[in-house]
Amino acid sequence: MFDVLAFEARAGQASLARATTEPAIVRIVLIGTTLTFLGLFLFVPLIAVFAHALAKGIGAYWESFREPDALAAIRLTFLAAAVAVPLNLIFGVAAAWAVAKFDFFGKSVLITLIDLPFAVSPVVSGLIYVLVFGLQGWLGSWLAAHDVKIIFAVPGIVLATIFVTFPFVARELIPLMQTQGTEEEEAACVLGANGWQTFFQVTLPNIKWGLLYGVILLNARAMGEFGAVSVVSGHVRGLTNTIPLHVEILYNEYRSVTAFALASLLALLGLITLAAKSFIEWKTERQLAASESVSEKGAT
Amino acid sequence: MSLALKRRSVLPGFGLTLGFTLTYLSLIVLIPLSATFLKTATLSWAQFWSTVTAPRALASYRLSLGASLLGAAINAVFGLMVAWTLVRYSFPGKKIVDAMVDLPFALPTAVAGISLTAIFAANGWIGQVLEPMGIKVAFTPLGVLVALTFIGLPFVVRTVQPVLQDLDVEIEEAATTLGANRWQTFTRVILPTILPAVLTGFALAFARAVGEYGSVVFISGNMPMRTEITPLLIVTKLEQYDYAGATAIAVVMLVFSFVLLLVINVLQKWSGRRGALN
Amino acid sequence: MSIEVREITKIFGDFTALKRVSLEVPTGDLVALLGPSGSGKTTLLRIISGLEFPDNGTVVFQGEDTTNRSARDRQVGFVFQHYALFRHMTIFENVAFGLRVRPRNVRPSKSEIRDKVMELLKLVHLDWLADRYPVQLSGGQRQRVALARALAVEPKVLLLDEPFGSLDAQVRKELRRWLRRLHDELRITSVFVTHDQEEALEVADRVVVMNEGRIEQVGTPEEVYDMPASPFVYHFLGSVNLFHGRVHAGRVQIGELELDAPDHVGTQEGPAVAYVRPHDVELARVKTDNGASIEAIVRDVHPVGALVRLELDRLDSDGVIEAELTRERYNQLKLLEGERAFVKPRNLRVFLKDL
Repeated sequence: MFDVLAFEARAGQASLARATTEPAIVRIVLIGTTLTFLGLFLFVPLIAVFAHALAKGIGAYWESFREPDALAAIRLTFLAAAVAVPLNLIFGVAAAWAVAKFDFFGKSVLITLIDLPFAVSPVVSGLIYVLVFGLQGWLGSWLAAHDVKIIFAVPGIVLATIFVTFPFVARELIPLMQTQGTEEEEAACVLGANGWQTFFQVTLPNIKWGLLYGVILLNARAMGEFGAVSVVSGHVRGLTNTIPLHVEILYNEYRSVTAFALASLLALLGLITLAAKSFIEWKTERQLAASESVSEKGAT
Repeated sequence: MSLALKRRSVLPGFGLTLGFTLTYLSLIVLIPLSATFLKTATLSWAQFWSTVTAPRALASYRLSLGASLLGAAINAVFGLMVAWTLVRYSFPGKKIVDAMVDLPFALPTAVAGISLTAIFAANGWIGQVLEPMGIKVAFTPLGVLVALTFIGLPFVVRTVQPVLQDLDVEIEEAATTLGANRWQTFTRVILPTILPAVLTGFALAFARAVGEYGSVVFISGNMPMRTEITPLLIVTKLEQYDYAGATAIAVVMLVFSFVLLLVINVLQKWSGRRGALN
Repeated sequence: MSIEVREITKIFGDFTALKRVSLEVPTGDLVALLGPSGSGKTTLLRIISGLEFPDNGTVVFQGEDTTNRSARDRQVGFVFQHYALFRHMTIFENVAFGLRVRPRNVRPSKSEIRDKVMELLKLVHLDWLADRYPVQLSGGQRQRVALARALAVEPKVLLLDEPFGSLDAQVRKELRRWLRRLHDELRITSVFVTHDQEEALEVADRVVVMNEGRIEQVGTPEEVYDMPASPFVYHFLGSVNLFHGRVHAGRVQIGELELDAPDHVGTQEGPAVAYVRPHDVELARVKTDNGASIEAIVRDVHPVGALVRLELDRLDSDGVIEAELTRERYNQLKLLEGERAFVKPRNLRVFLKDL
């Protein structure tokens, strides 16, 4: 039975190849143009990062990471990510639970609010924190009186990072949980499980891949954020610079190799993110296919 | 009958999760945002207006909006081509190419910025080919356009791909049996069906490009009145401690963002409805 | 326009969909391709239309070889199982599509197109829906629009792929009769694919029974039902009883029964199977005069509408016999469960057992 389905699928594709496809020359031109366009805008910039980082050889490449300022930047980047990721993870799960499992007044407004950082320029994102915590901001005088520095200091950087990355996990989980529905959780509740048990034992296994991908995206963005962090940081070398900010300083000082060496770290992080996405997509496809064949067998 | 704010559900955790979500959002988003609008209120209307319509500001709007629009348009055309090629054709390395389309999402903006600048500068890989031909990219509006095209690349491709994938081959076969050639089938049958997705992708790319900072500030050269984008203008004003001025421009950008967000929502609903006709 | 396919072979991977199939469809005929899933009927239809190309063999329209012509150039109308209407166009625009995409020099004027489209919509009784969109129509209405659209380009051949498969039973019956009447009026050579034998027998002039990539039989509905050429055809078109026996010189021996088997006059001794329809099974309470019959016990009695269906267990072997009697005949016999009966098949078809 499944053989026939497979052959019919192939038959459908074969017919697509003959009656409803462009002539070969059109196909070749389209593929060629696509590859040229993508090559120019994607591959070349990516390769350039590594090429420039290794321009003076592997030795110079490793040296770049030994500088104290570079190390400080790396530490600060990791710190910001270490705070932003867990907080936004909890937020993402909570928001997704509220949105996907319940119906309530104002739900679409909430979803739009969650999407906000995507529509707002990173510079504006940083600015709004300066307006609250900066010297001339609302809490400015109170903070100065208590000698608490937020803007132009590490806390401000962490805050700005939290703002620009908070939607990621939520946006991954909401559609996923909405598709999965509420039946399994309701079954668990009826069987007597409380909220935490239901979440950890029923919901979490179902969303684990989406959650993982959301966290990876979150982390990549947290470590790579530039505009928002630039506004709230004081650009003080060795103190309030994340990797992207330090890269900017190095580049402006024409220290190309060092700048690109640090940039290559982030580029690698980006590539890992892409690889993780492919892997997770492949995993979820397999999961979907497996559950479909189970239900078919059950039906016969 | 009581007006229910929430439909009764057997699942627990509503109060907890919604409460936490709203608190978090208020602290992180709503309060800082309202600070922005309130700060602007300290300016008189005349001051506000003169700040946001100063020649330098206007030049930055022209550049930001113009280059973003053009970049999004380029991405609409080429993005459609890329999506078509990825969905319909096979070629070696296709899976890698497909995964790489998301690079502008995954790569930090500053990295993209310095990389594009290095390539298109006078001594860069591509720059050294173009400059003798008289085409200057780095430190010109053209460079801004290149950066903004890079940043918006995935949007159209990713919104169009699923729609193309779900397209029913039978309607193309029907058009063929009725006598249409491939071009007619594409323009009269396929394109109208995927148009909402293309427009949504265009709007998303446009929204992203308007606010973009990191990938542009390196390649643009940041010359006021010529290659200064609006976000940079805000940063410059901040560095000069002109908080009110910076905020005024930020408000303009925020209003624009909200309008765009609304438009995108409408477009997504429209394309959602078109899709669910079976 | 007559259609002829000669020695068509089509292979998908390691699956052979069609094995050297040949068929002639005379001009003006309405022919059904009938068979189970995987029999190759849809593949054959698509090859005739030009949406698929055969690996071997030729397709000839009215004497002209069209094997390598694309679907665009064959002037065929094709109706799909799921209608394939253009969702973003109104009904009017859907039907007008084929006329509007014609090259400039042969394209009709706007008013000519309008007249033709409205004429066709009136033919399918949907002119009042011209400005609606497909999503606003019912399944049956959509299929009629699909038909009108296919007819708009004045095809020489009309091909329909399980046209009523997605519709409710009642709508299906109505549309099937309507298609027959439409064909009688327009007389376009038509071929349609179905897996529903009732549909094929009711609508078609000729039925082509297909199985596993081959044609089992071509004939009028009566021919394929009453004189099936193979066990497969017999099985596929209605229910059947099998009686195993031996054949010798024009006679077949089943149990103690010996009956004529005129198809096998020249055969030497050999095992055979006799196929008998339930309504050709005679039942009696006592043995008939010349003695030959099969003894059985009644196991189940089902009244179904105007007929009564009985299931009997054979006493001379492990077998179940299905019989169908009219109410009258049953009332004469009044056979109840557990009672003994004597079975005599008439009008059997005997096929030699393949060894």
